[in-house]
Amino acid sequence: MAAHLKKRVYEEFSKVVQIPHEEVPAKKLRLSKPSKSAALHVDLCKATNSTDALQYLLQFARKPVEAESVEGVVRILLEHYYKETDNSVRLKIASLLGLLSKTQGFSPDCIVDDVISTLNNEKSHQVLVQLLDTLLVIGTQLPENPAVRQRLIEVACKHLSDTYFGVRIKCLQLLGCLGTVDAPLTKDNEGQGMSTGGVRDVQNVISDYFGDQDPRVRTAAIKAMLQLHERGMKIHQIIYDQACRLLSDDYEQVRSAAVQMVWVLSQLYPESIVPIPSSNEEIRLVDDSFGKISHMVSDGSWMVRVQAAKTLGSMLQVSPHFLEQTLDKKLMSDLRRKRTAHERAKELYTSGEFSSGRKWADDAPKEKVDTNAVNLIASGACGAFVHGLEDEMYEVRIAAVEALCLLARSSPSFAEKCLDFLVDMFNDEIEEVRLQSIHVLREISTHITLREDQLDTVLAVLEDSSRDIREALHELLCYTNVSTKECIQLALLELLKNLNKYPTDRNSVWKCLKFLGSRHPTLVLPLVPELLSTHPYFDTPEPDMDDPAYIAVLVLVFNAAKSCPTMPALFSDHTFRHYAYLRDSLSHLVPPLRLPGRKPLYGLDSVDSGGGSGSVEAAHLFLQQSLNRVSTVQNLEAPGAQDLLDFTIRDLQRLGQLQPELAGAADFSATYLRCQLLLMKALQEKLWNMAVPLCLKQNATATAAARQILEETYKLEFLYSGLESRQVATIHHVRLQAKALQLVLTARTRRGLEPLIGSCEKFLQDVESFQRLFLTELPHLQDSFVEKLLELMPRLSSCKPAELVKILQTTLRQSGLLQLRLPEQIHRATATIIEPTGESDNPLRFTSGLVVALDLDATLEHVQDPQNTVKVQLLYPDGQSHVIQPRPGDFRKPGPHRHRLITQVYLSHTAWTEPCQVEVRLLLAYSSSSSSSSSSSSKAGWSDSTDSLPPPEAAIEGTIPFSKSVKVFIMPKPARR
Amino acid sequence: MPEIKVTPLGAGQDVGRSCILVSIGGKNIMLDCGMHMGYNDDRRFPDFSYITQNGRLTEFLDCVIISHFHLDHCGALPYMSEMVGYDGPIYMTHPTKAICPILLEDFRKITVDKKGETNFFTSQMIKDCMKKVIPLNLHQTVQVDDELEIKAYYAGHVLGAAMVHIKVGSESVVYTGDYNMTPDRHLGAAWIDKCRPDILISESTYATTIRDSKRCRERDFLKKVHETIERGGKVLIPVFALGRAQELCILLETFWERMNLKAPIYFSTGLTEKANHYYKLFITWTNQKIRKTFVQRNMFEFKHIKAFDRSYADNPGPMVVFATPGMLHAGQSLQIFKKWAGNEKNMVIMPGYCVQGTIGHKILNGQRKLEMEGRATLDVKLQVEYMSFSAHADAKGIMQLIRMAEPRNMLLVHGEAAKMEFLKGKIEQEFNINCYMPANGETETVTTNPSVPVDISLNLLKREMALGGPLPDTKKPRTMHGTLIMKENSLRLVSPEQALKELGLNEHQLRFTCRVQLQDPHSDSDTLHRIYTHLKSVLKGYTIQHLPDSTVMVESIVIKLSSSAEDPNTKVLLLSWSYQIVTRYVTNIVITKH
Repeated sequence: MAAHLKKRVYEEFSKVVQIPHEEVPAKKLRLSKPSKSAALHVDLCKATNSTDALQYLLQFARKPVEAESVEGVVRILLEHYYKETDNSVRLKIASLLGLLSKTQGFSPDCIVDDVISTLNNEKSHQVLVQLLDTLLVIGTQLPENPAVRQRLIEVACKHLSDTYFGVRIKCLQLLGCLGTVDAPLTKDNEGQGMSTGGVRDVQNVISDYFGDQDPRVRTAAIKAMLQLHERGMKIHQIIYDQACRLLSDDYEQVRSAAVQMVWVLSQLYPESIVPIPSSNEEIRLVDDSFGKISHMVSDGSWMVRVQAAKTLGSMLQVSPHFLEQTLDKKLMSDLRRKRTAHERAKELYTSGEFSSGRKWADDAPKEKVDTNAVNLIASGACGAFVHGLEDEMYEVRIAAVEALCLLARSSPSFAEKCLDFLVDMFNDEIEEVRLQSIHVLREISTHITLREDQLDTVLAVLEDSSRDIREALHELLCYTNVSTKECIQLALLELLKNLNKYPTDRNSVWKCLKFLGSRHPTLVLPLVPELLSTHPYFDTPEPDMDDPAYIAVLVLVFNAAKSCPTMPALFSDHTFRHYAYLRDSLSHLVPPLRLPGRKPLYGLDSVDSGGGSGSVEAAHLFLQQSLNRVSTVQNLEAPGAQDLLDFTIRDLQRLGQLQPELAGAADFSATYLRCQLLLMKALQEKLWNMAVPLCLKQNATATAAARQILEETYKLEFLYSGLESRQVATIHHVRLQAKALQLVLTARTRRGLEPLIGSCEKFLQDVESFQRLFLTELPHLQDSFVEKLLELMPRLSSCKPAELVKILQTTLRQSGLLQLRLPEQIHRATATIIEPTGESDNPLRFTSGLVVALDLDATLEHVQDPQNTVKVQLLYPDGQSHVIQPRPGDFRKPGPHRHRLITQVYLSHTAWTEPCQVEVRLLLAYSSSSSSSSSSSSKAGWSDSTDSLPPPEAAIEGTIPFSKSVKVFIMPKPARR
Repeated sequence: MPEIKVTPLGAGQDVGRSCILVSIGGKNIMLDCGMHMGYNDDRRFPDFSYITQNGRLTEFLDCVIISHFHLDHCGALPYMSEMVGYDGPIYMTHPTKAICPILLEDFRKITVDKKGETNFFTSQMIKDCMKKVIPLNLHQTVQVDDELEIKAYYAGHVLGAAMVHIKVGSESVVYTGDYNMTPDRHLGAAWIDKCRPDILISESTYATTIRDSKRCRERDFLKKVHETIERGGKVLIPVFALGRAQELCILLETFWERMNLKAPIYFSTGLTEKANHYYKLFITWTNQKIRKTFVQRNMFEFKHIKAFDRSYADNPGPMVVFATPGMLHAGQSLQIFKKWAGNEKNMVIMPGYCVQGTIGHKILNGQRKLEMEGRATLDVKLQVEYMSFSAHADAKGIMQLIRMAEPRNMLLVHGEAAKMEFLKGKIEQEFNINCYMPANGETETVTTNPSVPVDISLNLLKREMALGGPLPDTKKPRTMHGTLIMKENSLRLVSPEQALKELGLNEHQLRFTCRVQLQDPHSDSDTLHRIYTHLKSVLKGYTIQHLPDSTVMVESIVIKLSSSAEDPNTKVLLLSWSYQIVTRYVTNIVITKH
């Protein structure tokens, strides 16, 4: 037998060599490698004792095995397994079997029988566990094989009665992963004479182990049941009682799993009715389980508490009166009777049987209430969230806050109730919790209106020293509804105080006031005279236009005035002037207004935004028309073509400024057209007809143009998000043209053939890779430069460089303008450095040679994967530059497509005599290999062979500056001795 | 039946001078040894003469356990150990051991130096007493002697407060001391595992209270303080030097920092500084937040809170003063109160419980005219506020603890009788367990039903397990054969063979015989054969053999036939079987069939 097996192994071995040999010649190296299986066999035979064998196996496990030789290896392992007496070696073999079964492309059904037979002969519990684990792996690898599945289930049932907990756990896992409801199974231990039912289904079998003596097995049983549920099997409702009993288990992991189990059942059978023990009433199952899980929020173990609090958030079907109990700690009446004896319960509540602890001696016991109706502990949902929110562990508190959020979003009345609790959480000692509760309040703020006292508490947080908290709060205020004008005044006052205290919050505060104004125009109206400090008789001095606080007030008023036409009548003259100024300088904060007697302004405004979406559509139409107009330019040398391009570019740029929604598309098109224009200009030079020595100067401009086009194409490709492969192909096409231009220019200026041959080859490779990358896009590139090139390709690859240059020159000049088609959504990545502002005249002083930290705060829009791409560049006055990669943790994500970079940049320099400015800006790093999927995959394929050429373009990496640079004064001083 | 006896010497249906005697499994333990705030005479200490009329307590007590450092839990300790006389071990946690002597010394100073009492314990006595203390760590099981072991659990309440689990054999008692189930700004919540003690002795100060959310209270407190400060008033917060004071300090400190307030906060000096030092040290006993951030900044290093000097009380302008003691019955807080009571702009905030008879209790009950020493009266014009910041568990918290520990009996101490009565009813109804509330000097006896552990040899267990089919099947009890040997205070279950061997006895087999007379005309061998065939048809599933020596074997039952010499028709059937359960059944069948 063994000899036969060995032979088979060697047969396999030869196959291993053959197949790669035919496919990829580059993998020749593998020929010289001895096969794993053969090597293993030799090693195992050499092993004299178990320690050696174990060592060999361990070494063996470190390397992967090809799918073809797995079976051979398995045979050798099994053969050794039978001979082995040492438990640890057998254990390792068993685990290796499982590992091998996972190999891609290997179907483990052939080893099922062997593993099962070894299982039957095995005595050691640990090895049994490992073997069952192997079976589990095999079973999960073969989900489509019912025969194997059935066998494995039988094996699992048989070993369920093992005395070792590990074996039972593994069996339960097997059942959970493979068991089916439709195939009932017989329990194998008839010997006990208890198989009266005969047929039992897998849930039944598993649920027997809910009462196992070992907590680990109990946990595994629940987990197995949950696994069944995850696999789409319907869990029986009978389990519910058992699961509820497990909620009071002694062990936390059991309780934690039981919470999940109860939750699953509550989602499956929300409406079914369960009886209440010790009374003859019934409630919905989801309410019952909600009560029970609420109870777990005051469990002894914090892990369970977190689990329970999280779970509560997803039980949306629960009845409202149950839900409201979770916030009411004082109501101690028996919940279960509340439905039938609503009145009595209410009476109990108001009779104040329990004191609140706010007033002295209000807890003197009154007359004894009917004790049947009062139930201190089993009242389920009572105060669950009150407990959760004041838990010791902040993990529990956060989970509770999140659950509150989910529940409140689905129930407005609950949202109203939980408001006080959330507001209270603003005073939590942990910042994360405070932040989370502010976010939650924002999310549910559509349901609620803040009262004055609540607003007061909320606003108190504005003085928090943490920037995140303040900004979250501003965000919250943007969405908040308030009820009275006092609230508006209060909010404004606090926001101005905030502005005064933290001037860096300027933008955020203004934005917040903008929303506050537009939400509550009628509440702002009575405040206007006071806010603008106008007086019925006297002229008041004109406020300072540069005062951020005054701007803040104006933003509030103007936004309110937008939907309140009577308001402008209250403005004084200078207010109108300020309006005109602000409308121009802060157009994103100040809306267009219909101002009486301000015709010119009115006219201008109506053009700018004729109201909402219509203007966007109009702008879009305009964009499309401009592009169409350009596309009529077929011949680049046509007179007026250049002018048309010039105008279109200008139009598009202006459009981008006016319509932020279309900024990306407009900029993109403008940049593209600029490339084309540059190309056109370069080609139109007369230089092509001149003798080479005469045209050096013109050549220089053309070379510069080519370089600029290349740069622009990288910007086009990497700065904009939302590009489809069509656009990428177009961009690459322009790049190819630029490269061709470069080649032609080199040919004309340089003497000597050698460098020319090299660059010709490089160019041809570029063309090939373009063809490979954009094979699907080629049909769209008709009549383009590339198409013509590809037609000539056979000739090109064989011809001499001089000839090639000539062909390129003509093709370039003949090829038409490729029309740009815009994708649905296109956004330009932008970055704005908020801090440092660059306004400070006080230099940052530090001892030279040491480091100084510069706080940097920037917002990034539409940047994908900023953690890897965004870098900070420092430019010193002496021309030195440093590029710094911020830590991934410094990026926050306040909204979709928006990132916030708050980091510290460390800079240092040698001593200067005068304070000088250092420029700080953000760079977007790119590498072309990561952009196109095909080249990246080819790169992975090549990674082990170093000698071959890297795929074209893979090496191109660079950075694009995408923010305005900010200048910071710094002053390194010599160290004092 | 074994019994556990619990006798409160103090704190039985009362708050103050906690002292509870427990005798369990032959061991006598004293839980806490406190003094009463409301009395200045002999009643302030527990009546130790209950234990013994004269002589030392050492031989009557196995150990003393102090739950935390409040004087109503440890105030009488030096008196007991040094003046009455006790040399046994005293257990307390590390923070308690560190802070306790400071408080005792302070207490001694007030009583002896200020009030001029004599016959009081001295500083040296406090020192000697503390030498007898053995420190405890949380969750550490300490063997007091061979049988008695104690284990401490976190109790919240104040720094170093502990609940103790006392265990002798399989009987156990849990004493909670004072505890808090809701975490606060500086301490976590009490926690205990499911130890299922025979008795849970719990405090019940707030037996009828269910408090509002802690956050509401905090907000209210801050708001009241803030408003008073803004109107230029002074705020007096009488506290005990340790415990609530630290929580409120942290609360105000963070609030001051956040709101950027300038009004000074003072804390009456002296022991506070020493105590704060210990708070900084015992960071592991505080809550999650402080534990995790103390590396950056220790929360107990206050920036805004300064030491108080007597002269500051007359300073104009707003201020907040924390002053001891907490019930306004003496000391600095009372002095300041007297100074400030006349101005309605000022405010006093009572953050905790006040014992009957103290000024705190009086003003909280609305008394506006107070009689002071020397017949003087004091008009109380300032605002009196009560904020329940007291770190005791409320009714729901007590219930929660019961649910955590799952005791078999409940015993309430440290609370007012009427309130206890109410909670007792609730507990009995809710958990279906007995609840006791003995008064001082009353003994409550609880009989226990201890489980008796028996050693069993592994071989026997394995053998018996192999007999009964596959395991595990928790639903069915199993019977097994074995011999119980009681020898030298130990119980062992061994196999019969083993027992015989150990006792040096021979094994005797008991065989039962029985004669059955038959009238049968057939010959002996025929009759036997007929019996054989008959049995074979009746007893299916048993091995029945017809042996050549003219006997029939049914399992281990031997059937022999003999005919009497006189009457060959009268056959005598001899049955013989050894004592076994299975065989008896078969034998019955064999006998009844004929």
